[in-house]
Amino acid sequence: MTASKTQADALPARAGLGLKPQHYDAILADRPDVGFFEVHAENYMGAGGPPHHYLEAITQFYPLSLHGVGLSIGAARGLDKEHLKRLRDLIDRYRPHSFSEHLAWSTHDTGFLNDLLPLPYTAETLARVIDHIDATQQTLGRRLLLENPSTYVLFADSTIDEVDFLATIAERTACGLLLDVNNVMVSAVNHRLDAATYIDRFPVELVGEIHLAGYDETVDDAGERLLIDAHGTAVKSDVVALYEHTLARSGPLPTLIEWDNDVPDFATLLAEAARADAMLASEALRRTRRRIRAA
Amino acid sequence: MTMDLAASQTAFADALLHADRPVPDGITTARGEVDAARFAVYRNNVFVGLSKALAQRFPVTERLVGTEFFMAMARAYAQDHKPASPLIIEYGDDFPDFIASFQPASKLAYLPDVARIEAAWTRSYYAADAVPIKLAVLAAVAPEMLADLRLVPHPSAALIRSEYPIGSIWSAHHEEMVTPVADWRPQVVLVARPEMTVEVHILPPQDVIFATSLFNHATLGAAAGAAFAAGPAFNFGAALMGLVCLGAFSALQQDEGNVP
Repeated sequence: MTASKTQADALPARAGLGLKPQHYDAILADRPDVGFFEVHAENYMGAGGPPHHYLEAITQFYPLSLHGVGLSIGAARGLDKEHLKRLRDLIDRYRPHSFSEHLAWSTHDTGFLNDLLPLPYTAETLARVIDHIDATQQTLGRRLLLENPSTYVLFADSTIDEVDFLATIAERTACGLLLDVNNVMVSAVNHRLDAATYIDRFPVELVGEIHLAGYDETVDDAGERLLIDAHGTAVKSDVVALYEHTLARSGPLPTLIEWDNDVPDFATLLAEAARADAMLASEALRRTRRRIRAA
Repeated sequence: MTMDLAASQTAFADALLHADRPVPDGITTARGEVDAARFAVYRNNVFVGLSKALAQRFPVTERLVGTEFFMAMARAYAQDHKPASPLIIEYGDDFPDFIASFQPASKLAYLPDVARIEAAWTRSYYAADAVPIKLAVLAAVAPEMLADLRLVPHPSAALIRSEYPIGSIWSAHHEEMVTPVADWRPQVVLVARPEMTVEVHILPPQDVIFATSLFNHATLGAAAGAAFAAGPAFNFGAALMGLVCLGAFSALQQDEGNVP
């Protein structure tokens, strides 16, 4: 299934930025050349006010990627019907070019835990996630992109490899995938895996969007390198290299720069986007040259 | 040993929310060892994330107590108050009540009410949009009808009443330069967003009973009567015009329904 490639409303294969309230006015005044903007769905679930006012205005000029952080697709308990309805209302209102969520859980009887928590990769979890994605896609009336997680621990119970786990979900639910290249680097370092091998095994033909972000670095109790998915800096050079490696396999894809903490001025974000745009253009050129040579 | 997913997530959440609990069974690393520092990343994400959400919503409260005190207070709140839904924009609605019961902050008696302004500010920011009523609409009402009229508060509007000069305190700590509060007396503050900017206004003391009555759905006649009874300084025209100009109301209502 590569429906996203043929959907008329797919995001462009350009660099996009997270939309921040402190940049609303500058974006409308300057109309910078940005491929698309992405928002966290939950920040736009209020009844009115500046968030909707500005999102309405900005989506007149830019494609929109709607990124959920609260659906808790991996929760053992059922999906939150009210939250699904809020998502559906938002999607009906803005008709985003893409909707994505995470392979993670965040709700429990104690409330919303406000983090993307990891899942054991077992047959039971697989069945649970597939049910939840089926229900979500049915309620929303559209395909979602499921994002690979960044994780700090492993589960002794896991029996399925993460890439196989994601590929099976996509196959069974016809959902697409969101490939977060920074998450790949974080998890690979944290679990002694080879990041390039992960990318090489990833079903890139199902990827509708790429995420790039900056990680933080610390050490665990054994003094081993521990990367934290922090979204508070520019993309690190090893992730840029892994992104280039990814593009060589996947071809140009819509690519979001995620910078959610210690958000810099807009010019700095534009520079990050320009770097990704240049890499996307260079990959497109490489492919054109190869086609010409082959002809 | 295999745990079912529900039991495994309950154990995970339990260890996540209590720093004294060990890493749950079955959580491991590539080395095959339990590593508390790794599990602590999740714990930290939850509590730092929630505390930062509160700091973003209550910046003046943070300035009044300092960052270290605020983060400790936020963490104490987060320990027992998890967001009820994934809408972090609503998180902290009852943080002012918690502050009122938080013993270490009890010396700052005005702190909960200042926090109530900030809680109302966020609700106002995200509230439904509505066009505030204009003076012309009121002017068009026949004088004999005026007394029986009720005004519907704008969806973004709220009154915060305090024994302390909370509006002055909020205002003095809202900008970079903190200015001392000269006049220490009770204040009622109107928080409203007539268009896209949330505004915080200190009501003139003589208008407080009138405004409070109207927000409690009294008729204009009853609200004015209560205000006159409280003191001769009340000026009906000025008070009504003031509130309407601040965008406090979004509709007129007579007993049989809305006035077109």
